[in-house]
Amino acid sequence: MTSVIEVENLVKSFGTVRPVRSHEGTQGVSASNGVRAVDGLYFAVEEGTITGLLGPNGAGKTTTIQMLLDLITPTSGTIRIFGKEYKTAREAILQGLNFSSPYVSLPGNLTVYENLLTFGRLYGVKNLRKKIDELVDFFEIRDFLKKMTYNLSTGQLTRLNLTKALLNDPKLLLLDEPTASLDPDIADRTRQLLMRIKKERGVTILYTSHNMEEVEEICDKVIFIQHGKFKDEGVPAELVKKYGHEDLNDVFLTIARQHDTNPLMGTNDTNNVQP
Amino acid sequence: MKFYRIQALLIRHLYLFKRSFPRIMDIVYWPVMDILVWGFLSLYIEKLNITGFNAITVLLGAVVFWDFLNQSQKSVSIAFLEEVWEKNLLNIFVTPLRLSEFLGATVLVGVVRIFLVGIVLTSLSYVFYHFNLFAFGLYLIPFILNLFLFGWSLGIFTNAIILRFGTSAQILAFGFIILIQPFSAVFYPVSALPEWLQVVAHLLPSTYVFEGMRVVIATGSMPTSLMLSAFLANVVYLVLTLWFFARMFAYVKREGKLLKLEG
Repeated sequence: MTSVIEVENLVKSFGTVRPVRSHEGTQGVSASNGVRAVDGLYFAVEEGTITGLLGPNGAGKTTTIQMLLDLITPTSGTIRIFGKEYKTAREAILQGLNFSSPYVSLPGNLTVYENLLTFGRLYGVKNLRKKIDELVDFFEIRDFLKKMTYNLSTGQLTRLNLTKALLNDPKLLLLDEPTASLDPDIADRTRQLLMRIKKERGVTILYTSHNMEEVEEICDKVIFIQHGKFKDEGVPAELVKKYGHEDLNDVFLTIARQHDTNPLMGTNDTNNVQP
Repeated sequence: MKFYRIQALLIRHLYLFKRSFPRIMDIVYWPVMDILVWGFLSLYIEKLNITGFNAITVLLGAVVFWDFLNQSQKSVSIAFLEEVWEKNLLNIFVTPLRLSEFLGATVLVGVVRIFLVGIVLTSLSYVFYHFNLFAFGLYLIPFILNLFLFGWSLGIFTNAIILRFGTSAQILAFGFIILIQPFSAVFYPVSALPEWLQVVAHLLPSTYVFEGMRVVIATGSMPTSLMLSAFLANVVYLVLTLWFFARMFAYVKREGKLLKLEG
């Protein structure tokens, strides 16, 4: 299977972070007014899958997503999307992907339709009005096309964000907690939509969420990170079995609570969690 | 550079004007106030019969020119701030939009705004004071274009500072231009300044423009050297401010501040 995203030895430090060697000779990092948010991360996302990028708060998920979107420049390491790197193929990469997050809303002072027109034009979408028409039905947002965006409910905003995210027929979707703050009904509808997007459009989705039940339901594969480092990956059901738990939530807790030093302290650390 | 992406942002800003009365007022209000205050002052000075000083043309011409510079800078800064206020920088920079296209769009928004301001200023000057800016032929146009260029440089510079220091620096979008005014010889010749300040004045393209404007109004001829000096200084400022903006953009991407800027 082809990898749509390949991340190798990705590092992101903010402020001044220096490598140190402890008295036991192990490597770590010392922060002087700084933090290493992502620390030698590596993973791959295969084409046509929904992959969950999981980890506790502060694990480095959002920083990683923002580096994947070229909003943050990595300190070192390699990101390849569609086999290309941002320094040589930024436009080609961004033309083929899109992003949605409930924490990032579209301009509230435009109507829903104006927002869709604006972003469609930014992607140079051919037959834009027809494309919007098609997506509006898919996401059932026709009723509020003329509404000002600041007047939308959270559920409506999520659907609008997803509509915007499909305008350019992306091959890759990066979704940051797409169901956060949605009621169970709307959250369920959103999950069904995401599965439809994957099935009908063959879109690869990288997905962050803290809802492990949801992750088990829709993700083909999950990647656990903590303190900016890779911890484990696999098919949700297989990981549950591997760790001897009943569900992914317990796997999450095991990984999140595994004795693991803070990377800022520069002491022992293991890259992979033992079940 | 893809024009359709610049056009997309331009239309996005025009949507805002379509339904926002305060935005339209912002374009019209300050120029109208300037024209009224300086126009009546000019009329008063005119009545004093100061030999060799045509108050209406010199003062009113200076006010109109100053508003061109002011609006040119402000429009570039406000187009940028609109994206910051609406927390839209992330949305637009995850599209293939280039930094040059983003800046190009803010400048184009400025052109539209200046066009509207230009209509207001020239019409009011003519209606209230019979001052016709275009009575001096085409000679003033190169100077006006130089003011636009300098305004864009100042706008891009203030945007770079806002990018670097966050929205706490947004007051610069409205106040920075005032720093330039005393040294630009807007209402008086450069020779009126102390000698050391004349050196500072000659570093600014706007100084050559206002000096040039007075020569055109007084003699009806084109002071080519002043026009070229303004243009050369503008090229230097534009290159420097574009470089500075690109550096600050790289900085916020390195430090992860693009989103924090909006927060």
